[in-house]
Amino acid sequence: MIAEAGLAALWLAAALSLLGLFLSVLHVRGTLEADRPVRALAIVQGAMCLFAFAMLLLVFARTDLSVALVVENSHSEKPFLYKVAGAWGNHEGSMLLWVTVLGLSGAALATFSRQLPSRTLIAALGAQAALALGFHAFLLGASNPFARLSPAAPEGRGLNPLLQDPGLAFHPPTLYLGYVGLSVAFSLAVGAMLAGDVDRRLARAMRPWVLGAWIFLTLGITAGSYWAYYELGWGGWWFWDPVENASLMPWLAATALLHSVAVLAARNALKAWTMMLAVIAFSMSMVGTFLVRSGILTSVHAFAVDPTRGAFLLLLLGIYVSAAFALFAVRAGSLREGAPFEPVSREAGIVVNNLLLTVILGIVFIGTLYPLFVEALSGEKLSVGAPYFNAVAGPLAILLGILLAVGPLLSWRREGRPILRKLALPALFAATALVIAFFAIPQASLLSKFGLALAAGLIPASLVPLIGRNPLRTPLATWGMAIAHMGAAVSVAGMAADSAFTTERLTAVKPGETVSVGPWLVAFQGISPVAGPNWTAVEAELHASRGGGVSVLRPQTRFFTSPPTETNEAAIDTFLNGQLYTVIGRSDEEGRWQLRLWWKPLVTLIWLGGGLVGFGGLLAFAGHARRSWRKRLAQ
Amino acid sequence: MIARPKHQRLVLVVLAVIAVLGAVLLAMWGLKDRAAYFYTPADIVAGKASEGKAMRLGGMVERGSVRRQSDGITTRFIVEDGEGRVPVTYRGILPDLFREGSGLVAEGKLGSDRTFVADNILAKHDERYMPPELGNQAAEHKAGQTLKR
Repeated sequence: MIAEAGLAALWLAAALSLLGLFLSVLHVRGTLEADRPVRALAIVQGAMCLFAFAMLLLVFARTDLSVALVVENSHSEKPFLYKVAGAWGNHEGSMLLWVTVLGLSGAALATFSRQLPSRTLIAALGAQAALALGFHAFLLGASNPFARLSPAAPEGRGLNPLLQDPGLAFHPPTLYLGYVGLSVAFSLAVGAMLAGDVDRRLARAMRPWVLGAWIFLTLGITAGSYWAYYELGWGGWWFWDPVENASLMPWLAATALLHSVAVLAARNALKAWTMMLAVIAFSMSMVGTFLVRSGILTSVHAFAVDPTRGAFLLLLLGIYVSAAFALFAVRAGSLREGAPFEPVSREAGIVVNNLLLTVILGIVFIGTLYPLFVEALSGEKLSVGAPYFNAVAGPLAILLGILLAVGPLLSWRREGRPILRKLALPALFAATALVIAFFAIPQASLLSKFGLALAAGLIPASLVPLIGRNPLRTPLATWGMAIAHMGAAVSVAGMAADSAFTTERLTAVKPGETVSVGPWLVAFQGISPVAGPNWTAVEAELHASRGGGVSVLRPQTRFFTSPPTETNEAAIDTFLNGQLYTVIGRSDEEGRWQLRLWWKPLVTLIWLGGGLVGFGGLLAFAGHARRSWRKRLAQ
Repeated sequence: MIARPKHQRLVLVVLAVIAVLGAVLLAMWGLKDRAAYFYTPADIVAGKASEGKAMRLGGMVERGSVRRQSDGITTRFIVEDGEGRVPVTYRGILPDLFREGSGLVAEGKLGSDRTFVADNILAKHDERYMPPELGNQAAEHKAGQTLKR
């Protein structure tokens, strides 16, 4: 019954989105006066999606083996957390999560954005309903999560062990809130272009959505990166895998949009530009969904290979993106001119930021899709990885970082003050760091040397906008900006330090032997068997010291029974100045065990920086929310 | 100087076009010699792959060919696809699913002695997580065997 209730709710939600779309068309055409029915429909539709999602969680929590999806992806002996989180650790469940976030976003738009002109809001809700309709059709037509299995299976096949990690509970929902949260920016842009109301009011209504989605994307990507880092046991934190790029592309577009929407809100400029970015940002989310969910890529993220699904998603993507672009082409020319601005002003700085982000986005986009195009055209198979992305996008990212030091110091309209003097000290830091890097670490890559220098200058530079201001009277949004910018610098420091200073040791040792890596002496004590709830493992005991106390690390090789798989569990010990990362391999006839050890100075800064970026975004969000709340109270 | 509105819009459009074109040109330049092509052992035997370029090699690990070297960390084995055999050396911990007789994709370079020096090995995960290259290859392989019979 639970599965049927969920399925019924999904059908109902699909019908409601069709009705919502129909009514909003009537409203935009002027046939329908009232806007309440459309808003109410959006809210009920969101609630239906949420109900269906709750039903899916329930069948997974109960391990209902008459539901095909549960049989394929769960197991009665799995830990409870992974039973529930496993609901979205598969294609159908994750698409239901996608649609649920889409529905909830529509409901929230209907509830919270009533300050918008009614025509814009209703047109936006219509766009949101059109999106929901397509993805409901995909879910019900090609990815039904509630399909029954008759007769019921005696036992489930289990979840991919790589996914059996607390990360599964956090990383996918966070990323999806980010991806799909951008749908509201898309719908608002479509609605405003339809209604012809692209102005500051729209920007103020759009900003919290962009900011919120961007915070979730930032945190989701950061969490995913750390998860891959400790789970895969390869010592890397970003592999330029197409699936990773699929999350990076919406983030780049959302970052650009976040800045241009601020220009629109403050100065009523960059109108068409901001609308375009809003369309591109969610289009990138859909491209990402297509790449990951169509099965044309292989990774732990791509669950099932089914060509009809890929074609269906491609069709949806094509319809929505081309419709939005067509609308833009028709309406962009008729938008009122934005306010003019000077070549040296904060607006101009943000234009350069947007251009750089767009170029980086284009480079990532082409690099990610190029192998697919080549294979489709010539049948030749190839892959594009770090050598391309680092060499082509890396230098642009450094330029963006330099701009990041200057931009926040510029004021709106025009800049008359000598701002470069304020940056003298950070620039000195950066130059010194660069010189030291060239002499002290000649073997490090050029990109990492410049990255270290950039971080050395940018961390202090990001705080310069706060100098001379009363900290209590500085708006929260300004604090948020400074902290987010500093987070970006901290993250760059971590990336560059990891690339420049990491030492690796690969060896085979017998129990009792000691190996060195960086400043550490690591003694291999021995191997013992251990068991977990649904796995057994061999575990190595390593005693690491660098003069002071001893820290104990226990890397494992785990054997899962359902499905039968082995995984490597790295053991990582975190210190203030870095991480010691250890992996155990196989044994040989002589009783030696393979060990792979890394000493990674400052690597934690990568994710600490990501967290700071998200925290800065959160502060800015709170600041904007408080201001609009006060305004509403005053009225 | 305040830019006139019409003028400013034009400047923005030109900048956007330059950005997009710039991205395309930079990407094309970057892809020219940084993309890693996928080869089968048969391709390598036929001399289709050039030495020293980053590439991927996909095939099956030949049964009985896996030799651990005396340093305990370097492994040599042969990757075959029924039409060609390529010796591979890899220094590192093999993935958990590395097995004789099963499929893998190796990332690395072809050395001057026509030995493939791998710096990363991706093994077939299970039926549901198989690299598409291997999926096709296994299917072709099976089809070929059926025909031979």
